[in-house]
Amino acid sequence: MKVRLGNIELANPVIPASGTCGFGQEMSEWLDLNCLGAVSTKGTTREARYGNALPRIAECPAGLLNAIGLQNPGVDAVIAHEIPALRRVYKGPIIANISGFSIEEYAYVCERIDRETDAAILEVNISCPNVQHGGMAFGTSAQAAAEVTRAVKAVTHKPVYMKLSPNVTDITAIACACVESGADGLCLINTVLGMRIDIRRRQPVLANRYGGYSGPGVFPIALRMVNQVSKACPGVPIIGCGGVSSAQEVIEMMMGGASAVEIGAANLQQPGVCRQIIEDLPRVMRELKINHLQDIIGIV
Amino acid sequence: MKSEWHIVSNERIAERVFRMILRGDTAGIAPGQFVEVLVPGCYLRRPLSVGDVTDDRLTLIYKMVGEGTARMAQMSSGQTLDILTGLGHGYDLTKAGEQVLLIGGGVGVPPLMYAAKELRAAGKHVQVVMGFNSKGEVFGEDTFRAMGCEVTVCTMDGSYGTRGVVTDVLPTPTPFYYACGPMPMIKAILRTAGTNGQISMEERMGCGVGLCMGCTIETTEGFQRVCKEGPVFNAGALKV
Repeated sequence: MKVRLGNIELANPVIPASGTCGFGQEMSEWLDLNCLGAVSTKGTTREARYGNALPRIAECPAGLLNAIGLQNPGVDAVIAHEIPALRRVYKGPIIANISGFSIEEYAYVCERIDRETDAAILEVNISCPNVQHGGMAFGTSAQAAAEVTRAVKAVTHKPVYMKLSPNVTDITAIACACVESGADGLCLINTVLGMRIDIRRRQPVLANRYGGYSGPGVFPIALRMVNQVSKACPGVPIIGCGGVSSAQEVIEMMMGGASAVEIGAANLQQPGVCRQIIEDLPRVMRELKINHLQDIIGIV
Repeated sequence: MKSEWHIVSNERIAERVFRMILRGDTAGIAPGQFVEVLVPGCYLRRPLSVGDVTDDRLTLIYKMVGEGTARMAQMSSGQTLDILTGLGHGYDLTKAGEQVLLIGGGVGVPPLMYAAKELRAAGKHVQVVMGFNSKGEVFGEDTFRAMGCEVTVCTMDGSYGTRGVVTDVLPTPTPFYYACGPMPMIKAILRTAGTNGQISMEERMGCGVGLCMGCTIETTEGFQRVCKEGPVFNAGALKV
């Protein structure tokens, strides 16, 4: 089940996605984190953030909207408390997810995480759709995405994976801009911008009005985009993310071009789902006559 | 803990209010904690308070308010449900003196039933004040009386018990209290009865287990997740 993300080997391709496992340690009540391929931590910013007003969750058919608004304790506390707490229960690769509201903030947080933690990969969120004046602008412009990539690459020797927004006309243009600016890999997709209305109150369900849609409903969209990007950027490792809930879908995402797969919304319904998927993978591989997962990446 | 539960019964006990009794592993479910029910056909689990626990039986009392609870109301004995149990921090019953006050509003009453049972077993004198909109919604009075609690019921429209809200009929001086109910009631309790108590909060949740930060509120002790650090908070910690 081993896979590679560049020079980093993962025991398996399954990674709980940023924002759906806290800083990792929160999930350890439901599974042994050491069974995971890697852990992607909660999006981290320079300052502590409360996030958006409540309610910030809205259910949808086949998923949910969230407008958490990047609640996190800030990079100082993440380095001092959260990463050490994760390290007490988890030995594997850490993917540090980083957000920012300016190029300088991205660079600052990446530099701190690079210098003061043993994170294996920096996953740079340029796509979070639920923060006003936030990541959206960077992730929807090839030029802005490239600027963030260059700024981050200038301050770290760790592999940088840009996490892309699906809320764009042509995701391959953004992907290529990131790769040309030095990105070591890509992670896609972030949530799809959506809305629900409470028809009795005649108000948006979310206090933030709009939020990011994730869950099984976005899986075909994510798979299509992973496939397009894998063709447009051959040889660039992709972490596929979006609506994956089963071992079969992990394999589907890998056949579409992903080298590893993040599990997001499914954790919120079944906090032990990542372990279940990892346990199911060998059986599904046997059924499909797959000897090594590495062999199926991007074969479709 | 995640486990499978068998529905033993599921019946309407008041207007839009149902009581579901399930059989399963009841280990480690404390008063004031909640469970997360995966309702077939809905993506997110439904957080529900615990009305009672005896041997291998779990009692959930829920109000039909949306799609999930409407689906639950249609379920019957023999069906099974995937439920996460023992979630969050419940009431700290060691804080109670010999006299205890329980204050509940609507479907905020069920967690107080389980708390009352434990408090009575510990020999406490338990006063219960419950508020409802109208007579048709009233439930739980007999349950509390059977435990030996002193019960006062009030309704907004005066169709049963005392007309008015719970804070109109709180005893003075007010002993240490445990409360659960809608936000206007919680604000009124804090105004009237002060902060010598514990209050269970309700918020829209994503995961219910501390992963998504969907239900975070601001308290005097910083940002806290209703599902994880809560749902029960010291009244003095709340900023409402």
